Amino acid sequence: MNKIFPNASAALDGVLFDGMTIMAGGFGLCGIPENAINAILDSGIKDLTIISNNCGVDGFGLGKLLDAKRIRKMVSSYVGENKEFERQYLSGELELEFNPQGTLAERIRAGGAGIPGFYVKTGVGTVIAEGKDHRDFDGETYIMETGLTADLSIVKAWKADTQGNLIYRKTARNFNPMMATAGKVTLAEVEEIVEAGELDGDHIHTPGIFVQRLIRGEFEKRIEQRTTRTREG
Amino acid sequence: MAWTREDMARRAAQEMEDGFYVNLGIGIPTLVANFIDESIDVTLQSENGMLGMGPFPYEGEEDPDLINAGKQTITELRRTSYFSSADSFAMIRGGHIDLSILGAMEVSESGDIANWMIPGKMVKGMGGAMDLVAGVKRVVVIMDHTSKTGDPKLLKQCSLPLTGTGVVDRIITNLGVFDVTSDGLVLVELAPEMTVGEVRANTEAKFTLSEGLAV
Repeated sequence: MNKIFPNASAALDGVLFDGMTIMAGGFGLCGIPENAINAILDSGIKDLTIISNNCGVDGFGLGKLLDAKRIRKMVSSYVGENKEFERQYLSGELELEFNPQGTLAERIRAGGAGIPGFYVKTGVGTVIAEGKDHRDFDGETYIMETGLTADLSIVKAWKADTQGNLIYRKTARNFNPMMATAGKVTLAEVEEIVEAGELDGDHIHTPGIFVQRLIRGEFEKRIEQRTTRTREG
Repeated sequence: MAWTREDMARRAAQEMEDGFYVNLGIGIPTLVANFIDESIDVTLQSENGMLGMGPFPYEGEEDPDLINAGKQTITELRRTSYFSSADSFAMIRGGHIDLSILGAMEVSESGDIANWMIPGKMVKGMGGAMDLVAGVKRVVVIMDHTSKTGDPKLLKQCSLPLTGTGVVDRIITNLGVFDVTSDGLVLVELAPEMTVGEVRANTEAKFTLSEGLAV
């Protein structure tokens, strides 16, 4: 079966609909599926629930979908980089569900692994715990969190083979591997696609079973905080 | 004389021990990396998915695929490993990280911490702060002793939404160092020429003095 499509719009044909839930990989602007975000914007679908650690910046990444008012609800851990987010949230146009970052990562991992609920101590005694099942294990209190899945996951990897096996690069890995497992359909966009057999099976991060559609993308890879040091001498 | 930001960072660097895995928060905690004693071996974790964080890159060598949790470009070291956010928080939540140094808006005398939200203002989110304070073995806060308007930040009870309850072990402010103990808050060090009276005048929380400071 061929998983490779010529571009993101072709790869998402027949998958997109109004009101759907989409998981988008990335941390800040690092390791984000730029091509799929653009294709979703072009498709015109709206009322989206987006599960992503952040929401891009004004005019880039998921910020593009936000600017076009396509997002109804965000499930995130940190959204502080985005003025339009603030405006839409404060005016009531946008719904927001905060999750501690590790809880968000684990909810996605659990969702992809067929685990509907699990207990963590993160957030006990805070607003995060309100309304959640509390249970003691070995004298310590934990709260129940639920697994997350999505109609579609869009992830970014470095290299893929024709089977959809994925390898990520450096900190661009972040949420992408878990999200690849938690989408009913997962579209991976990569910088290079090689023939099956060219990647070392011991070095695969995401096995191809989790990837239904694959494209080679074009990436701007914008840097959010360019910090450098000066050479001494 | 109150400590400067660099003084506080230098003092916080003394919390590190040989072999420690450490997570540093954004702001003053980031500065702590500049003061780690070269005779000890410390590995810095970045919660977006990296163990063994190096310094900022030289100009022209920035890699958009290599950032820290503050989204700043950084470099790798010979020891560096990369992993997913789920594995990263397995390290954090699972108690494998020895020390977390982070900032705070308020800390209570029982070790509650508030550092992620001011109601009525824009809510940015907690990021990894709740996971860090809940899971890391030792939690050290660095913060100014009072707010910009001069209000105490070491309180009997936090007024802001909490990040965690009973999780802080030590607080380093510009006036001194406090430990959270089962007997309450204890002042264990003073900044140079700082008096206990000055600290009391700027602290709402009840605290006692360590043996070295009691006169």
